[in-house]
Amino acid sequence: MKHTLQIGLFSLRDVSRNMWVLIYTAFFALVTIGLFQFQGHSGKVTVSIMSICLILIPLVSVLFGTMHFYNLREFIELMLTQPVKRRTVFIGMYLGIATALVSGFLIGVGIPLLLFGLGNQPQIISLLILLLIGSILTLIFLAVSFLIAAYFDDRGKGIASALAFWLVTALLYDGLVLFIATAFSEYPLEKLLLILSMANPIDLARVTLLVQSDIAALMGYTGAVFNRFFGTASGVTIAVLSLFVWVAAPLTFGLTRFRRKDF
Amino acid sequence: MIEIAHLHKRFGKFAALQDISLSIMCGKVTGIIGPNGSGKTTLIKSILGLVHPTSGTLSVNGFLLNGDAAYRRWIGYMPQLARFPQDLKGWEILKMIKRLRGEQPSLEKELIELFQLRPELDKRMRALSGGNRQKLSIVISCMYDPDLLIFDEPTAGLDPVSATRLKDFIQSLKQKGKTVIMASHIMSDIEELADDVILLLDGRIRFTGSIRDLKLRTGQPFLERAIVEILEENAS
Repeated sequence: MKHTLQIGLFSLRDVSRNMWVLIYTAFFALVTIGLFQFQGHSGKVTVSIMSICLILIPLVSVLFGTMHFYNLREFIELMLTQPVKRRTVFIGMYLGIATALVSGFLIGVGIPLLLFGLGNQPQIISLLILLLIGSILTLIFLAVSFLIAAYFDDRGKGIASALAFWLVTALLYDGLVLFIATAFSEYPLEKLLLILSMANPIDLARVTLLVQSDIAALMGYTGAVFNRFFGTASGVTIAVLSLFVWVAAPLTFGLTRFRRKDF
Repeated sequence: MIEIAHLHKRFGKFAALQDISLSIMCGKVTGIIGPNGSGKTTLIKSILGLVHPTSGTLSVNGFLLNGDAAYRRWIGYMPQLARFPQDLKGWEILKMIKRLRGEQPSLEKELIELFQLRPELDKRMRALSGGNRQKLSIVISCMYDPDLLIFDEPTAGLDPVSATRLKDFIQSLKQKGKTVIMASHIMSDIEELADDVILLLDGRIRFTGSIRDLKLRTGQPFLERAIVEILEENAS
């Protein structure tokens, strides 16, 4: 555990100096300040930030994680020639990069929230949940990036797979769900749609936010189904638990692959 | 001592190592030579536990390699490519290695002075030349004065002064009774430093023994020509 934390702190120090992480933080800060300035204290700010987060966080996390892993390949080899276990290196790196990306997001959105959003209490709760969900999304897509990079030796295939995963989960999946809902509208589809929602972390994140903010109708069919089926408290609990499964599963498979990998 | 028995390694259909059995004796410098793709780096990485054998066994100082990382405490490794996190400084990388090992290195200062690396340690890795990154890699591999040192193309990318200093340092390791394994394409380095050679071709051992024996067997006075002769024998 001590070595895991040491590698984590080392990775955090490295990644927190990375130009793209600084740009990522600054972007969130500028967008959040801009939205507060232009939309005032209305609930629209939460919806706008949520829409941006659901697209941008997965994209940046999965791409940054994959590319960073490939960039550090020779250094990972060097760490693995030290008397440390592979699990220690893998989890340590994950914790370090995750802390840097989550901090970037929390600082970028959180500081403007403290400065401009304190006047509207219901909105603050929604935004705090947004911060939580954004952080979990970072953990999920970073875990997926580590799985991809551990699986593919070829950098091109790895980056293409990362982009494909984002494309499917962020853009194509809801279209598929909508198509199924429309094509089979005469059948009872609630359970199927709930299962489909859990199979996509971005949908799950959206559902969790929607159930909380009670604006399900604006953000897609699956959100509405979740809201009606579960009600607020149990819906959030199940969705958040499912999100944590989405963190643990790719991380576990990635670690298994990493331990067997030839460098 | 390193004992390797019937080691096979396949990457898909490609057989990188085929039935490698050998012993590498303590206190000697052993050169691993062979053309590109002959299996030199795969053999080194198998000893380091970076590559998992398809079959066969390896042991280092009687410790059978089975996934446990503890034996790497005895090993210093200098890879072919010295790449580090771009936004970190040299001293930060040394600090991390020291934390992972959990002990103070005995040769750190001496090596930093020997390779005149001190002014470079405050620079970020992205600002360091390839040669200076290579020197940092030498410091990392040797600073704990390990019993076994493994160098993959150690002088590639070094300026003549640093290359000479490294070779002198390897000679001093030999005098201290350390075991050194080095893979290199530079035959003059092998001839200057190695006691024994392992010649690999297509993942198989074509010769193992002393340089003198290799020259005697082929009747060639120079190592490079002796190797070419053996490779041509096997090609025909």
